[in-house]
Amino acid sequence: MAANPVFLVKVIWEGLVAGMLYALIALGFVLIYKASGVFNFAQGIMVVFSALTLVGLHERGLPAYAALFGALVVMLLLAIAVERAILRPLVNQPDITLLMATIGLTSLLIGLGEIVFGGEPKTMITRDLGLPSGSIRLMIGDRPLVLQRLDIAAGATALLLITALAVFFQRTRIGRALRAVADDHQAALSVGISLNQIWIIVWFTAGLVALVTGIMWSAKSDVSFALEIIALRALPVLVLGGLTSIPGAIVGGLIIGVGEKLGEIYWGRLVGGAIDSWLAYFIALIFLLLRPQGLFGEKIIERV
Amino acid sequence: MLYREAGQFKTSYAADQAILPLVEDRIGMVATLLVAGAVIPAIGGDFLLNGVMIPFLIFALAAVGLNLLVGYAGLLSLGTGAFMGVGAYACYKLTTLFPDVNIVLVILCSGFFSAAAGVAFGLPSLRIKGFYLVVATLAAQFFFEWAFIRIGWLYNHNASGAIEVPSREMLGIAITGPAATSTTRYWVVLAIVMLMTWFASNLVRGRYGRAWMMVRDMDIAAELMGVPMLRTKLLAFAVSSFYCGVAGAMMVFLWYGSAEPSAFSIRVSFQVLFMVIIGGMGSLLGSFFGAAFIWAFPILLRLMPEFLGLKIESQTVDQLAQIAFGALIILFLIVEPHGLARLWSLAKQKLRVWPFPY
Repeated sequence: MAANPVFLVKVIWEGLVAGMLYALIALGFVLIYKASGVFNFAQGIMVVFSALTLVGLHERGLPAYAALFGALVVMLLLAIAVERAILRPLVNQPDITLLMATIGLTSLLIGLGEIVFGGEPKTMITRDLGLPSGSIRLMIGDRPLVLQRLDIAAGATALLLITALAVFFQRTRIGRALRAVADDHQAALSVGISLNQIWIIVWFTAGLVALVTGIMWSAKSDVSFALEIIALRALPVLVLGGLTSIPGAIVGGLIIGVGEKLGEIYWGRLVGGAIDSWLAYFIALIFLLLRPQGLFGEKIIERV
Repeated sequence: MLYREAGQFKTSYAADQAILPLVEDRIGMVATLLVAGAVIPAIGGDFLLNGVMIPFLIFALAAVGLNLLVGYAGLLSLGTGAFMGVGAYACYKLTTLFPDVNIVLVILCSGFFSAAAGVAFGLPSLRIKGFYLVVATLAAQFFFEWAFIRIGWLYNHNASGAIEVPSREMLGIAITGPAATSTTRYWVVLAIVMLMTWFASNLVRGRYGRAWMMVRDMDIAAELMGVPMLRTKLLAFAVSSFYCGVAGAMMVFLWYGSAEPSAFSIRVSFQVLFMVIIGGMGSLLGSFFGAAFIWAFPILLRLMPEFLGLKIESQTVDQLAQIAFGALIILFLIVEPHGLARLWSLAKQKLRVWPFPY
């Protein structure tokens, strides 16, 4: 590890980029969990679905930015539909029922996406969206360090999005209402905050985050339903940071991203490789044993 | 039902504690078993046995196992697929290491290996709860999926990386392998599932089942009242994984015939969890309803367009079936969140007082 410090820097950088994307997915989870108490398993498929909508609309002749707008409209419609068809009838049901409903939603969205846009993988329209390509070479001492421009753009976008969300939550009227709902549904209702509206806004925000994640993630590979599993990759991030904490999602994402890459590259070979499929879960598990509510989660107080 | 408990007096504790206290219930159970054991194999073709009944029973057993954990002990798990896999691979290793041991015994013994795996990954449940616990069980899921691919010893270093079921006989009749008829395999599956369900139904009514339900309803209160957390929670994991392991072993040995690691992916975990939720948490009968519903429904959905005389490409049918399945799950959760078992008990209650409403 110490023999080649530049390589180590490169590994950590890759880990940070991957971690940023994990953090974005976890952010979508956290937004919805805070506001509606739903553990939204469909976040992963929302990422795929939004990216697929974007590419699909572009394929049908819309210019890139119009397609981007179209994808946002679709996510808004999805948010309204989810609120009407799932959240409103299922209000006050146990958590697991809502979790199951979002798994049902996952199945529905997979089928819908395949019927409308076809099941074969598509290429993300990175160039049309103005995302940079190519790489930069930095010299550290006498060794070169190659960074992908796309990764830098992804990191910058993620930071921008997170900052914007933080400002939105802390400084605006709607943001305050969102925090009130997250704190206590009934109290929020009693001061005249419309839960239904807030849910739509939150699901739309999660859809927006999903779209950004989808673009960034699929710029590195293809847009396909294989991306669905990244939701499962984000779960350890989520619990590591705490289900209700936005900073937790970010810090958790970075820890998992770097830990995964370091583990895979330096110790993976000792046990046969490809350990990144479960390493994140073990990292999260170790943290959880020390802090059962996650790093930044609300302290669990239990009364009899 | 159309009969009542009136006039059936219990004169002993044994009668009071019977699983089916009413004569009519017992007659109904015997009739069901007769249909399942004799009528279905007699009239059913290969498709009914191999494509519907055997998978239904195997999934029902896995759902019973998961229901013990989720529905009775209140511990959420998404590691079912992995525990089924552990059972299947343990069964494969055992029967290739000791080819002379009776295969049914091997299938049952392989449950102990998955029980051990369940206990190991259930240990965090003492400290973490709810959705956080899901991560611990998902760790099991992904770890074992990885192990089934990477550790060659588990599949005897096959070139294909899959486990092939060897031919095994009992009393001169082929039970597993290509020579076994679907009727034989069906009977073996039916016998194991019935026995284990009977055992589970006694277990949940006894001391341990009650302790699990206390933990489910409020674990701190249960602990204060003297229920040992360590033993109770780990026992729930052990018994549940035992059931899942046996189901997994049967899945490969008595249904698939061979299996790749992907047979035990997270999809299986979700499928079994769906069965538990749709069937009804905390109900063994519900596990059977749920398994029937989740297993039969996609089959029916795929047959539907043909039945209606529509000509649609098979790929589109699959996609439509997926949409319909997702929509139905949501609809079902809205209409009856407590599952099919609740519908069944409501129907029974209505029939009991029929034709009067009260």
